[in-house]
Amino acid sequence: MFHQNVVALILAGGQGTRLGVLTERIAKPAVPFGGKFRIIDFTMSNCVNSGIYTIGVLTQYRPHILSKHIGIGKPWDLDRKDGGVVILPPYQGSKESDWYKGTANAVYQNIEFVDMYDPEYVVILSGDHVYAMDYNDILDYHISKDADGTIACMEVPLEEARRFGIMITDIDNEIVEFQEKPKEPKGNLASLGIYVFNWKFLKKILIEDEKDPNSSHDFGKDIIPKIIYNDLGKLYAFRFEGYWKDVGTIKSYWESNLELTRPLPPLNLYDPNWKFYTQTEEMPPAFVAKSAIVENSLVSEGSEIEGQVFDSVIFQGVKVERGVVIKNSVIMTKTVIKEGSKIENAVIAENVVIGKGAVIGEGEYKESLLDPRIYNSEITVIGMNARIPDEAVLGKNVVIGHDVKEKDFEKLNIESGEFVLSNRE
Amino acid sequence: MKVLGLILAGGKSDHLGVLTSKRASAAMPIFGKYRAIDFTLSNMVNSGIVKVGVLTQYNPRSLMDHLGSGKEWDLDRKNGGLFILQPYVSPEGSYWYKGTADAIYQNMTLLRRGEEDFVLIGSGDHIYKIDFGDVFRFHFHKGADVTLIVKDLDESYDLTRYGIVQMDETGRIHNIEEKPKNPQGETAFLGIYFINKYLLMDLLYSFVPTGATDLLLDVIMPNLRKLKVYGYKFDGYWRNIKKSVYEYYRTNMDILNEGVRKELFYKNGKVYTKLKDLPPPKFTGTAVVENSLISDGTIITGRVKNSVVFRGVKIRAGAIVENSIVMEGTVIEEGAVVYNAILDKESIVREEKKIIGDKEILVFEKRAVI
Repeated sequence: MFHQNVVALILAGGQGTRLGVLTERIAKPAVPFGGKFRIIDFTMSNCVNSGIYTIGVLTQYRPHILSKHIGIGKPWDLDRKDGGVVILPPYQGSKESDWYKGTANAVYQNIEFVDMYDPEYVVILSGDHVYAMDYNDILDYHISKDADGTIACMEVPLEEARRFGIMITDIDNEIVEFQEKPKEPKGNLASLGIYVFNWKFLKKILIEDEKDPNSSHDFGKDIIPKIIYNDLGKLYAFRFEGYWKDVGTIKSYWESNLELTRPLPPLNLYDPNWKFYTQTEEMPPAFVAKSAIVENSLVSEGSEIEGQVFDSVIFQGVKVERGVVIKNSVIMTKTVIKEGSKIENAVIAENVVIGKGAVIGEGEYKESLLDPRIYNSEITVIGMNARIPDEAVLGKNVVIGHDVKEKDFEKLNIESGEFVLSNRE
Repeated sequence: MKVLGLILAGGKSDHLGVLTSKRASAAMPIFGKYRAIDFTLSNMVNSGIVKVGVLTQYNPRSLMDHLGSGKEWDLDRKNGGLFILQPYVSPEGSYWYKGTADAIYQNMTLLRRGEEDFVLIGSGDHIYKIDFGDVFRFHFHKGADVTLIVKDLDESYDLTRYGIVQMDETGRIHNIEEKPKNPQGETAFLGIYFINKYLLMDLLYSFVPTGATDLLLDVIMPNLRKLKVYGYKFDGYWRNIKKSVYEYYRTNMDILNEGVRKELFYKNGKVYTKLKDLPPPKFTGTAVVENSLISDGTIITGRVKNSVVFRGVKIRAGAIVENSIVMEGTVIEEGAVVYNAILDKESIVREEKKIIGDKEILVFEKRAVI
């Protein structure tokens, strides 16, 4: 049976700055993924597939598309009389009102919401991750260990350990040490940002942490270390062995989308017993014309393919006209690729129009002139609603901002590493 | 002005064979993800009709499952919404619907209680997109009692299977010949009526108790002199899939034509249907797909040409599917060949098996194993 006394909180307020133009207009959990989904769909679907029907979604950064997407939760069967999904934005109170200062503070500000349901356990999740996980497994584990908190974790390559919270456990999997994004990691057991807590326990800690002027009110930076080093309770590590990905960078976003086109991808979208639900526009099936070639690709509903598509993910309602060649790219909803364009290694956001005979992904890689911390791969990124002029040639690692119009292009040849942003900003 | 929509979806088709052995023809799957009734239902909803009654009788399970509470069409409402009208048992006895007029007569309560002034009667078997607003305006403009939607049919339709109407230059209908051996003219009645509700009630109260069963033959046709019956000429795409297996097949194949696709999928609003929450279709490295409609949840590893492939279909490596309709959940195994065939839902074509139809389309029943 499912656990009945659980409330899930999904932290969905982050911007995801390393996704660059993809998250300039929308929060990272709302970024489209896998042909028809948005990133948060995976966590929401995991919840309902695990029988958790009381979910709070904590939003902050650019929440409009996210809120519209979730709505009353109908696609996830979360339009319920009791529980269901509730969007929890920061709010004004009589004494204090504030933005969410950190992940822990976000939960602290919603203590009343959780208390309304008086749950035994809370599951704290992130809306930024793509994975399939039955939360009953970690809940069972948590209960069997009689833990105060349990953190899902996974072994990662040592060189990547610096990006994660790293846990050192004893032989019984109790966490004895925690390093948040360490320069010199002592291990490779990484936190996946999935926590189970006894609610009474967590509530007490959150209230205390809130009073601490030195705290940044973050789970990884403050709450977890405090519990371990001040011996406030028992935290256990739950080892997760499935597919889990934080699509935090443009490269990893692009890779994990393209991974889905391989013969047996680690994330199975086609499992009838673990479906992923989403809110999408009603569209007819995809049409593949006589002139088309489609190989190793996902092509979503409403798309019309007349050109050639290789190793790519095509979202809903995309038009790929004659003579177009698309390779290793992600093309989002309702984008139009006009006749004769050539596109390679690109991520193209929603409602973009690529002009006739345009070439994208030409030439040698060069460091980005815009922001090399964000744009540091061969991938060219085009923001939503952009218009690329006919016959334009774009290099590798090029950035085209959202809402760029043809007239924003001072020249047709945009070299690798260069960028074009909308002039109206 | 409010309009009540009625959809006749009870008929058994004598012409679709095994395809309708377990479902009403209005529930026939079409174009990869839809059911036939989606078109008439979406037309009504897109034209602003918010109360729709669906008259069912023949094997309605699949139809009922599809319609559910009507939420996909925004018909799960406090006021109005979707009404499923089935034959029922009452203290006076139980009666199957004997015909269209009888079916509506037996559901007179819906007509009596509603606040609507007009009734639009359509059929669940018709594939077309229309703005019924144009029909309403025509009706008022002509001062008609009854407006019938008619269409000039070309030689691709078998005129001897339709009601052929004779209209004068004002559009008034003076004569209707049902399924004539020698059709006089090419303007056929499409089985869609627009009528004042109180007039319809009067007509039904007057004629049904004395034996009228069919709305056209027994109620409208005998009264063509007394009533002002006008024909609204529809010039868009329209097909009745119930007429024959070939008609059903051809209608599906028509969607591969860009013009038909634009008209049926995008003109006059969208087509709504029951959602299935499936991932996008996947084309693997060995897939070759040409001129085909491919639906969600499908995985293609083999070759597909000139075909309509429904949701959750698997076409495995080395399999060839051409000029065919492959319905939901069907699996075409390695090396199998399917030409000119209709495979109903959840069928399996085993490895290396060959199904070769020609002009005569081969039809395989639901859950067939070949």
